[in-house]
Amino acid sequence: MTPMLEIKNLHASIEGNEILHGIDLTVNTGEVHAIMGPNGSGKSTLAQIIAGREVYEVTQGEVIFSGRNLLELKPEERACEGIFLAFQYPVEIPGVSNTYFLKAAVNAVRKYRGEEALDAMDFLALMRGKMKLLGMDEELMNRSVNEGFSGGEKKRNEIFQMAVLDPKLAVLDETDSGLDIDALKVVANGVNALRGPGRGIIAVTHYQRLLNYIVPDFVHVLAGGRIVKSGGKELALELEEKGYSWIDEKAGV
Amino acid sequence: MVEVMSDKPVSEYAIRVYLADHERSDKAVEHHIPPRIRALRRSALERFCALGFPSAKREEWRFTNVAPLANTPFHLARQAGAGHLPPGALDKAGVKGLGARRLVFLNGRYDTRLSSPGEMPAGVRIGSLMANLAHADPQAEGRLGESAPWHDHSFVALNTAFIGDGAFIHVPRGVVIEEPILLIFISIAAEHAVVSHPRNLIIAERESQVCVVESYYGPSGETYFTNAVTEIFAGEGARVGHYKLQREGDRAWHMATVGIRQERDSACEAHSAAFGAGFSRNDVTAVLGGAGCSAVLNGLTMISGSQFADNHTRIDHAQPRCESQELYKGIFDERARGVFNGRIIVRQDAQKTSAMQTNKNLLLTGTAMVNTNPQLEIFADDVKCSHGATVGRIDDEHIFYLRARGISFDEARSIMTYAFANDVIRRIKPAPLRVLCEQIVLAVQDVPADFIVTEEK
Ligand SMILES: Nc1ncnc2c1ncn2[C@@H]1O[C@H](COP(=O)(O)OP(=O)(O)OP(=O)(O)O)[C@@H](O)[C@H]1O
Ligand SMILES: [Mg+2]
Repeated sequence: MTPMLEIKNLHASIEGNEILHGIDLTVNTGEVHAIMGPNGSGKSTLAQIIAGREVYEVTQGEVIFSGRNLLELKPEERACEGIFLAFQYPVEIPGVSNTYFLKAAVNAVRKYRGEEALDAMDFLALMRGKMKLLGMDEELMNRSVNEGFSGGEKKRNEIFQMAVLDPKLAVLDETDSGLDIDALKVVANGVNALRGPGRGIIAVTHYQRLLNYIVPDFVHVLAGGRIVKSGGKELALELEEKGYSWIDEKAGV
Repeated sequence: MVEVMSDKPVSEYAIRVYLADHERSDKAVEHHIPPRIRALRRSALERFCALGFPSAKREEWRFTNVAPLANTPFHLARQAGAGHLPPGALDKAGVKGLGARRLVFLNGRYDTRLSSPGEMPAGVRIGSLMANLAHADPQAEGRLGESAPWHDHSFVALNTAFIGDGAFIHVPRGVVIEEPILLIFISIAAEHAVVSHPRNLIIAERESQVCVVESYYGPSGETYFTNAVTEIFAGEGARVGHYKLQREGDRAWHMATVGIRQERDSACEAHSAAFGAGFSRNDVTAVLGGAGCSAVLNGLTMISGSQFADNHTRIDHAQPRCESQELYKGIFDERARGVFNGRIIVRQDAQKTSAMQTNKNLLLTGTAMVNTNPQLEIFADDVKCSHGATVGRIDDEHIFYLRARGISFDEARSIMTYAFANDVIRRIKPAPLRVLCEQIVLAVQDVPADFIVTEEK
């Protein structure tokens, strides 16, 4: 069986500075991988590269998604192929309503797949269902994308978008930060609803708290642009207790 | 023959064409217009000759090169009929959903057959300026030339020299005209370069209300020149909305001045939406001539290729307790170039003035350019004035966010462009015009109703 995502010896730099120094990571369908690691270790860089952010230059290695060379695809093609990045810092877009934005996204994906555009009624029905799942206020939908949203509302909006777009591989970049415990449960619910065969999840987080609700199959520690340790869900607990220093020493970073 | 002064050598021949056309038209209008207007036309021609075409040495034309226009002989456009219209032109030139009251001008002349001014309450005039001048309407005659700066603006002088036809709208005291009046100006291709000088006069008497939408349209690939002037008079407590939509052909020259004079407690809005023409210059001047006036000036320019668009505004706070709000936004793609100059004068007597001016520009490419220049001249001490000008680009992060959701680069760019223009589009009150501007900015045919953000910002 081909893995859903295969990252091999990935080196990436920005403005000539190498940030990722050879990442290897394989995500099989149905799996949930957690990526933890100190600030500035390259977690978001990895997440953004998977989504196709062009400011990062991939200097070596490859990223294969369902047998296709992902690095050849534009960000929008990756999204249409089923990759979703929940941003660590979702941007605000004043002047464009959430509803319009999401409809443009849904219909772009449908068009790519050769499906008809959803009409207003069907789209509304789709949206309402997912809004309920994530406890989104209808009023938020008529507002500009993320504008004036609290930190928690922005993160919830990311997961809401994910639920509507129904991706194969979701990369969640610190989606738990800024959420209170109730919101965390709601978000975890939304993510778990997506779990299952044919799907994969990469969850970047600093906290075990999230992993209580989204229980990972694997935990990786990213430090200094390398995966320095991988393990099962117990690894997260160990990190929570001891911090990263014991790994740093062992890995010699 | 009058001597022509100019800061730069211009083609003698081009000038001779204007003068010859003027002579001919002077004879033609002899029996149709009152002597005062005929005299005004002559004085204005002299003024035009004295001023000459503006060179870049003139502050008001510093970034705006009219030499190619000055060197092109433009013949006065002939009267044309519906038969001269290319198929579909009238629909394209109009605004879908507007037009219950519609006046159509072909080459600057009123076309009775294509126009439908609608039912008119007693005393209201909505029609051709020429016809009203011919019938010696004292209102039509009385105020022409009073609010447009023909003494110091070459092109206003030139237009005034050729006063002939255009729209005449007179709303008597207390009358409210709800539905917008649509004025459509279409230029028709001819074998040589032609010019038309539409002249519009809008008079809203005390406590009346009226909204006028001017739409300028012409063929692509043709060199022609539209030189329009609109004068607006708002009496005490009157409310006037004025919208100007410019979609001239890509090789057209478009010069236009909107001169507004407001009396006490009146409220005027002047909006400009400029998308077309190879070269366009739009001047809006508002004199707040009575206490308690409010003036709103909005502008949206979106051009590309090698288009050029210049917006000059001038708000003259002459009396106390007036309020002006100005928002001009420009979007420049490819090698397009823009100019914004916003002058606000607060005279000594104009205490308790509030004047707010914002000019924001979006450059979509590295080769697009804009010059922006706010000018505040404040002679009163108890005033609230602010101005701000920005030039920016679309943020890559925004584009990436949209693309990461499956939206193509091009669509992401239009969405971000729309987002930039959103607040100025939202201020357009007639819904059909607002929707049309949305469609143009988004470059799509159908803008979904849910696009607009509900809350006012
Ligand atoms: N656009 C950029 N320009 C310059 N440096 C960058 C850029 N993006 C990331 N970096 C640098 O790359 C390194 C890795 O950053 P990254 O955001 O991937 O870390 P992270 O692991 O996500 O950290 P955090 O836990 O704080 O979110 C940092 O040193 C950061 O300063
Ligand atoms: Mg990060």
